Amino acid sequence: MIQACGIHKSFGEVHAVRGLSFAAHDGKITGLLGPNGAGKSTTLRVLCTLLKPDQGTATIDGADVVTDGLSARRKIGSLPHGSGLYPRLTARENIAYYARLCGLDRDDIADRVEEIIKTLDIGDFADRRAKGFSHGQRTKTALGRALVHDPQNLILDEPTTGLDVMATRSLRELIVKLKAEGRCVLFSSHVMQEVAALCDDICIIAHGKIAIHDSVDGIRERTGREDLEDAFVAAIAMVGDE
Amino acid sequence: MRSFFIVCFKEIIDNLRDRRSLLTSVMLIPVLMPVFMMFLIGFQLERSFDTAEELIELPVIGAEHAPNLMRFLESRNIDIVAGPADGVAATEAVWASEEDVVLLVPSDFGEELAEMIPATVELYFDQANTTGIAKISRVRDALFGYNQTVAGIRLSARGVNPALLRPLNIDHIDVSTPSGRAAILLGILSYLFLFALLMGGMYLAIDATAGERERGSLEPLLALPVARGRLILGKIAATSVFMSISLALCLMSVFATLRFIPLEQLGMTPNFSLNVVIAAFLLLCPFALTGASLMTLFASFTKSYKEAQTWLGILILVPTMPILIVSFLSLQPRFEFMFIPALSQHLILVDMISNEPISSLHVAVSVLSTLAVGAIFTWVCVRLYHREALLG
Repeated sequence: MIQACGIHKSFGEVHAVRGLSFAAHDGKITGLLGPNGAGKSTTLRVLCTLLKPDQGTATIDGADVVTDGLSARRKIGSLPHGSGLYPRLTARENIAYYARLCGLDRDDIADRVEEIIKTLDIGDFADRRAKGFSHGQRTKTALGRALVHDPQNLILDEPTTGLDVMATRSLRELIVKLKAEGRCVLFSSHVMQEVAALCDDICIIAHGKIAIHDSVDGIRERTGREDLEDAFVAAIAMVGDE
Repeated sequence: MRSFFIVCFKEIIDNLRDRRSLLTSVMLIPVLMPVFMMFLIGFQLERSFDTAEELIELPVIGAEHAPNLMRFLESRNIDIVAGPADGVAATEAVWASEEDVVLLVPSDFGEELAEMIPATVELYFDQANTTGIAKISRVRDALFGYNQTVAGIRLSARGVNPALLRPLNIDHIDVSTPSGRAAILLGILSYLFLFALLMGGMYLAIDATAGERERGSLEPLLALPVARGRLILGKIAATSVFMSISLALCLMSVFATLRFIPLEQLGMTPNFSLNVVIAAFLLLCPFALTGASLMTLFASFTKSYKEAQTWLGILILVPTMPILIVSFLSLQPRFEFMFIPALSQHLILVDMISNEPISSLHVAVSVLSTLAVGAIFTWVCVRLYHREALLG
């Protein structure tokens, strides 16, 4: 379970996140939805302990990201925007590298990596170097890497951007599978339809604040719009820019 | 501690697979550069020493006007050959580098000599022609010798002691020992080793920091449950390993190349035995930590791979600065210099090669202070890796 409590973060003059609070629960997929520059990536980076909030904090299964970053990181798997694989290592080696760094037992690593490769169905290209991978192959490998230490919480930053239909579908299936395993999945996107199709809970962010946090139907109800895109636009308008 | 080795090992494997940079940074430069340099130096030396006594050819215009002078030159091992048509042709021939030097004897030479007017001869040469310097000075020395001889004969004929013309008698006593001379030549070796060492780790230093950020792989790496300090220490260690490999290859390359250069024939006996090679490796190894941490530090500061390359290209010259300043001011090795990385290694290495006794105190200070400077840079790197701005 991920809980954000009043997070503020500025970069110089830019006040990117302004007092953001929300909770993402286990066994649910929570979507962080917002236009470009709304503060989605900054929020996710704070949750991954990459950035320190100016005010407020967040906990990952009770571990505080500010005061106990190492424990918090142990409980998260993160898929950053852009996969960030090592091009000269194979998919298997990329995953195994993270397995080793996460402190898995030396004897278990090969088995664990093989298990991940099976789960994600990436056996076809597991022993090829990442350099020539398609976007979909890269994303799947990076997801495998994020899952290697079996984290309870998953943070995915715009995972489907740039993927074709088939790759998107298979990634969605994987995300649903992870939810079924009882994990807490938090993922960001700027596409309303995608979030609607996948998420149990949706947080719409605009100008560094939460506009609405509700289920898909709840959002429709509260904005009074049937069309999802209209609802999204209406929700953003509710915050306004001060 | 385990994550430190995991990162170090991964960076080494990753870099080994980067064939192109591996080939240039670790193989080509450390191995081939000494070969080129040593052969170039050997060739230059041979040229400057060889011409001392060997027969040279001198094209002369109007040799028939000065038969005695020609005989004198021939006695000095200078072979007279027919020169170009006239002064203009001689100028052109020298310009075109067809001839290094041409002597022109005007037709009134004999008359002037007989009347004891200073008789003019013209010597055509090109001061900028470095390959002909030895030959030009041979001819000048010979003409000067003829000058002295004729003057002596004239004075003797008048009952004056020719020694009056020579208030000074200059004896050239060269006290440089053969290995001392070699040290001057081989002084550049320490620079070569330091350069090879830094080159060997440059690509890894960039790839592991600026490259990692540019590829987007830094963010997920830092989101792992690993202390950041361990990550950067592993990267610095991997860079140090590559620097040491380059250094070892460069030392071996010089060791092999020197067998083919006849330094002994030129009166030089550099001490570059296998023992010195091993000692030099151990002496220079601590500098790998300094170089690796300094390069990692700079590469972490920069915003992109390109920018890092530019900075590190400049950085590679930094260790040569103290060496240059000390050589330029011809300062004698002092105890204080042993605290300066790069300079201390250079001074000790020169002594080693020229067979001078080595002070173990100097070696100890050099090793310890170099490691200390490396440790400071490493500490700064670790601090830097805790900053948010690192993500760019």
